[in-house]
Amino acid sequence: MADTAVKAGDGSAGAGISPTADESARARSRRRAARRNTGSALLFLSPWIIGFCVFTAWPLIYSAYLSLTDYDVINDPQFVGFENYAQLFQDPKVLLALQNTAFFTFVQVPLYVIVSLALALLLQRAGRSAGFFRTIFFLPKMTPPVAIGILFLLLFNGQNGLINTVLGWFGINGPAWTTDPAWVKPGLIMMSLWTVGASVIILLAALQNVPEELYESARIDGAGFWRQSFSITIPMISPALFFIIVVNTIAGLQTFDEAYTAFFGSGNTTYSNDAALFYVIYLFQQAFEFLNMGYASAMAWLLFGVIMIVTAVQLIVSRRLVYYEGETQR
Amino acid sequence: MHASRRMAAALAGAACLALLTGCAVGTGGADDSDADYDPDADLSGTMSVMGFSGVDEVATSRMDLAEEALGDVEVTLIEGDLDLQQFLSAVASGEPPEIVYANRDQIGSLAARGAILPLDSCIEGEGIDTGMFVPAALEQVTLADQVYGIPEFNTVQLTMANADLLEAAGLSVEDVNGSDWDAVSQANLALTKGAGGALSVIGYDSKLPEFMPLWAKANGADLISEDGKTAQLDDPAVIEALEWAVSIYDDQGGFSSVKAFRDSADFFGEGNQFATSVLGAMPMEQWYVNVLNDVSPDAPLAFDTVHARGGDTLAYATGSAWAIPAGSANPEAACRWARVMTSTDAWEAAANARIEVREAEGNPFTGILLTGNAAADELIQGMVTSVGEPWDTAAAKMYEANEKTFALPANPADAEFKTALQDAVNSVLNGQATPEEAMGAAQATAQTALDEAWAKLESEN
Repeated sequence: MADTAVKAGDGSAGAGISPTADESARARSRRRAARRNTGSALLFLSPWIIGFCVFTAWPLIYSAYLSLTDYDVINDPQFVGFENYAQLFQDPKVLLALQNTAFFTFVQVPLYVIVSLALALLLQRAGRSAGFFRTIFFLPKMTPPVAIGILFLLLFNGQNGLINTVLGWFGINGPAWTTDPAWVKPGLIMMSLWTVGASVIILLAALQNVPEELYESARIDGAGFWRQSFSITIPMISPALFFIIVVNTIAGLQTFDEAYTAFFGSGNTTYSNDAALFYVIYLFQQAFEFLNMGYASAMAWLLFGVIMIVTAVQLIVSRRLVYYEGETQR
Repeated sequence: MHASRRMAAALAGAACLALLTGCAVGTGGADDSDADYDPDADLSGTMSVMGFSGVDEVATSRMDLAEEALGDVEVTLIEGDLDLQQFLSAVASGEPPEIVYANRDQIGSLAARGAILPLDSCIEGEGIDTGMFVPAALEQVTLADQVYGIPEFNTVQLTMANADLLEAAGLSVEDVNGSDWDAVSQANLALTKGAGGALSVIGYDSKLPEFMPLWAKANGADLISEDGKTAQLDDPAVIEALEWAVSIYDDQGGFSSVKAFRDSADFFGEGNQFATSVLGAMPMEQWYVNVLNDVSPDAPLAFDTVHARGGDTLAYATGSAWAIPAGSANPEAACRWARVMTSTDAWEAAANARIEVREAEGNPFTGILLTGNAAADELIQGMVTSVGEPWDTAAAKMYEANEKTFALPANPADAEFKTALQDAVNSVLNGQATPEEAMGAAQATAQTALDEAWAKLESEN
């Protein structure tokens, strides 16, 4: 089309380049530049695109396919339609695992945020020693989850663990955290609070961005610590809080490593504890112990659906509760 | 334009479907009909061995013999215990290892799925004498009358006790060997010490849930029928055995307290439960005798076999086995490797190597080495020199137990069966269910898994 227009322009003008031909040439040049830019962008993005396709998109599509099959890894998958999904709703262990996971997530996430925020507020007032404490708080985050699982068993041992020893100093007879089903999840939740370091750093950065003038104005108006916290600090850092809540909710729903190491891994192959049977652990058992890869894929998609719904609810609620600077107040 | 887009979309969809269905190649059902098993044939090529570390003298001495028998075959070890994920990944990619070293209780499930080959041709071609294996070990690798694994090692249980604690309580090891459950319960009460809800001495540890099959058999019950098709978890004798084994913990404040205390022990070190006199008695696998002899040779120990109610010696056999994956690229080499590694000559070499190592360390050979090969066991028993008491008794009792072993028969839903059993026992230990409720639910779960797995296996055959 462009070529035709240029030729027509040439013919009617006789000599020189007509304005129409000039515009067409510029348009062509712009398109060539755009194509070059697109090509360059794709070239630079290609490592990520290839990685995404191979390691994320394809496994996602493939697991959706497997979820419709009876597949034991050893033999070819047999198509069974939605049989695996129907079975999910009849399997009492799926319900148990979902209940355990929901309890862990919805108790752990608020506690995680509260502890992170408290530590970040303390760090903000730490002055020159803040750097040292920031490092100290972050160090546990670098501990491998498997090591945390082992540490859990040592620290929370009902007889000789450090936690109960400390409780004993105050006359409290601590529970059997690692063996009493009623205390297994609370123990794991407490252990998970050990790794709040990353969230503390994020919240500290957010706190340091809150304009000091806001606090000065509030103080002049007679606002105390709590009023300042609820009217200035929390609204101003709400995007960071929201980010931490969303990310940790997803992590909570996918929790696996620590509980698996402590209750289902090597050394505990016989003593499993239903109180620690989280959803991903049961999924792992189905996939790699019972070789029901098709059923495990269906379980993975159910979890994906649950996470999508929970995250969508959080996003909807966030529209009312999260304040973004520069955004018109809704 | 639109037509070509539709065509492109259709082609992309078709390609996607082809990729999806073609991705999972697997090797299930591949056979070894092309393999020519001959003990005198010269072999070549490569062979990867998965699940076998080959780190100690018992392994390396046998490997030397096997590699010599394999001639030009290049052997590579994929070290560590068999990682099912790693194995399945290799199978899914269509390139399984040539041979795997698995727990015997994994053989049934792998065989039922066609992941490993029946070894009839291998056994016949290489001339493996299956009559030399301990019957319980061979039974564990036999599914639907076909042998799928060449067994090696045999693990049995012994009663291990702290002689000082027994003596102080006016008891002997016979009171805790399981022949009289009331006597064990009384001894447990006499030996247990603790104050304020915290234990300081575990009287008797019935080692649940792992030894539930042992207690059921001791009470005259089998957890699964001989043909591996019917679960018998709700048998009244099984429930009675579970009630008794759990009562041992209940008498000490509950399983929760005992396990927490047990977990805090230095199990493999000088501060083990016997050396520190914090455990009266327990049934335990024989390899632990070697640990105790190494780390606390002066600990006040007493040994006996585990007895069924009424007095007969009894042991629940477990162990390892060599299996050839379907799709193995060099089944002839794999078969010869399995034959030589489990041969009487190889075990004799292993025993000599161990004696040499022990002598170099200034220690005697305890004789604690059960091979799964009855002929080799007899030979090794003759090589044992006196170590002094109580270790000589431990070795003698171990060989006695080796004669009286039983095993759970191979079945195609072994993992599901064991999980159902363990979950049930754990739920009773945790106080979440009564033995009747737990074993009733486990029976239903296990039987469903067995029915499905056998139906699938039989339809494929």
